[in-house]
Amino acid sequence: MPVITVNDAISQAIAEEMRRDPSVLMFGEGVATKRRELVAEFGAARVRNTPLAEGIIAGTAVGAAASGLRPIVDLLFAPFLCFAMDEIVNSAGKLRYMSGGQFKFPMVVLAMSGAGWTVGAQHNHNVEAWFVHSPGLKVVMPSSAADFKGLLKAAIRDDNPVLFFMDLALGYQSGEVPAGEHLVPLGRAATLREGRDVTLVSYAKTVHYCVAAAETLAGQGISAEVIDLRSLKPLDEAAILASARRTGRVVVVHEASRLCGVGAEVAALVAEHAFDALQAPVRRLTGPDTPAPSSWPLEQAFVPQADAIVAAARELVGARAYA
Amino acid sequence: MQHSEQAPSPLALLETMMLIRAYEEALVGIAAGGNAPGTCTSVGQEAAAAGVVRALTPRDRILTNHRSAGHLLARGADPGRMIAEVLGKRTGYCKGKSGSLHISAAELGAVLTSTIVGGELSLAPGVALARTMTPGDDGIVATFFGDGAACEGVFHESLNLAVVWKLPILYVCENNEWQAFVHRRETMPMVHVRDWAAAHGLVAETVDGNDAEAVHAAAARLAARIRATGEPAFLETLTYRTRGHYEPDDQFYVDPAELAAWQARDPIELLANRLRADGRLDDARLAQIRARVAAVIDEAVAFANASPYPETAELFTDVYA
Ligand SMILES: Cc1ncc(C[n+]2csc(CCOP(=O)(O)OP(=O)(O)O)c2C)c(N)n1
Repeated sequence: MPVITVNDAISQAIAEEMRRDPSVLMFGEGVATKRRELVAEFGAARVRNTPLAEGIIAGTAVGAAASGLRPIVDLLFAPFLCFAMDEIVNSAGKLRYMSGGQFKFPMVVLAMSGAGWTVGAQHNHNVEAWFVHSPGLKVVMPSSAADFKGLLKAAIRDDNPVLFFMDLALGYQSGEVPAGEHLVPLGRAATLREGRDVTLVSYAKTVHYCVAAAETLAGQGISAEVIDLRSLKPLDEAAILASARRTGRVVVVHEASRLCGVGAEVAALVAEHAFDALQAPVRRLTGPDTPAPSSWPLEQAFVPQADAIVAAARELVGARAYA
Repeated sequence: MQHSEQAPSPLALLETMMLIRAYEEALVGIAAGGNAPGTCTSVGQEAAAAGVVRALTPRDRILTNHRSAGHLLARGADPGRMIAEVLGKRTGYCKGKSGSLHISAAELGAVLTSTIVGGELSLAPGVALARTMTPGDDGIVATFFGDGAACEGVFHESLNLAVVWKLPILYVCENNEWQAFVHRRETMPMVHVRDWAAAHGLVAETVDGNDAEAVHAAAARLAARIRATGEPAFLETLTYRTRGHYEPDDQFYVDPAELAAWQARDPIELLANRLRADGRLDDARLAQIRARVAAVIDEAVAFANASPYPETAELFTDVYA
């Protein structure tokens, strides 16, 4: 299987879907400048630069989606979504419902998220939970090159607005990616590693830290299961609960801050529906409730790392596993 | 009601305005009984709706806002389904999930109504873009908004994008001097929104917004220009909101002299008097129209009242496609 970077997987997904469906188009600040190969293949009408105006970029995508096109818009860095909240939340998320189902909104909003560029809090802010909390939207945040491709292709084909968050730190990571048709359904988590003693639930870059932690834990006699949520909305509740029931212990890990984050939802879900299977309280390891710092060591300290995941898992498993 | 590419007769414009007035007066009554929360009327502004909408073709799209009854009725909407929507009934255009403030009717080309002030301005370019990318489609998009919406940032973003992308949009600003409870003179350095539109590079005109024939002529001319060039244009109808912002509103903040001056230029009276003066309308004909309109509205209210509420299960439908 070909090994390519996450960035190339994204480009592949977009090009394949534009080839497959003439109603797919893409626009945003610098899209036509940076994606020259798309302009060359699909023409200037379907690959466009826009003015610097996130509100109207998103609004135009919403209007176009309701009128038979399937727009992909690149809003660059997640904090810039603040300028497009009305269009995404009030229009894309609500107008289907408010119109009694008269319109549908097949559109994808791309945004980069998270630590890795040391450029500070107005470029680095994991805002995915805001959109999970908004009706009518879907939210995706993959961790592997193959999932970036498969989920993006599925998002473009989905008839609903999808927020597609790209963890900035993963762009140049490589992985095996199937050439051509490769679809990953939205709403389905992946079990990256099976285990008996503890479940590590995560998404985006911290998935890789969970995998590293699971390896360390294995060396210490603790068998950790790793679940990559991939989609945050719809959330694969069945996969989370099945794993929680198997292991009886759950650590949720994400870079976004703790209060009302996705981890809170996972913890509540497990408490509501698998309480009887729990052998220890659910633990959350998350970013702190601070803006993201610029300085490299501070930015790294913001993100839950593998050693903290190991420590949390050991604490939950308790003295038994040390023997 | 028909909309054709031929100019509607002045009597048709008059009847459209009278229908809008009768519909909104009925809603005022319903609202007084506490049953139509949020109702915003366009009493005094009917000429803009009748004049512009009747200048469009069935292939054109309209996007409207919280003050939408006139635009929808001029487009041929069924007043019964509109009132049903306001009352939250299953037979409403949006199954009762919209209420009065955001009624869309895709079957009439009235799409994506938003009550977020400026919301329709953010959506119009995408609707127009889709039209330009559909071969053989010469439809244009007319979007209605107020002078208040022109103070939102997205107004400027929308006009700018429409100009640089050459999108076939007729921007229709109903400058009714009020932005909820704030007078336009407190929020803008100039009298006319047209100046902002012109600064963005659009062909931009003002028209007497209480003269339905003048509005119709201006809208028809600009629509033809948009169709010919593919470029957006801007029409500002200078008018006045003679009822309150919403129901009920005692308008304690309104200058009585200003209100009286505009009431003296009521768009329905204005056109009726003109037609009467040159013999195209007499009292008998006017009474006939009034009776016809009243019957339509009576029937609409009865239909809406008799309609059932949605099943509770409807709470969960239409969230995702
Ligand atoms: C974003 C937003 N801000 C405020 C409101 C509350 N609001 C509803 S209508 C309105 C006045 C709008 O004025 P204008 O655009 O001139 O339209 P008009 O009501 O005069 O027709 C306001 C402030 C809203 N609906 N949306």
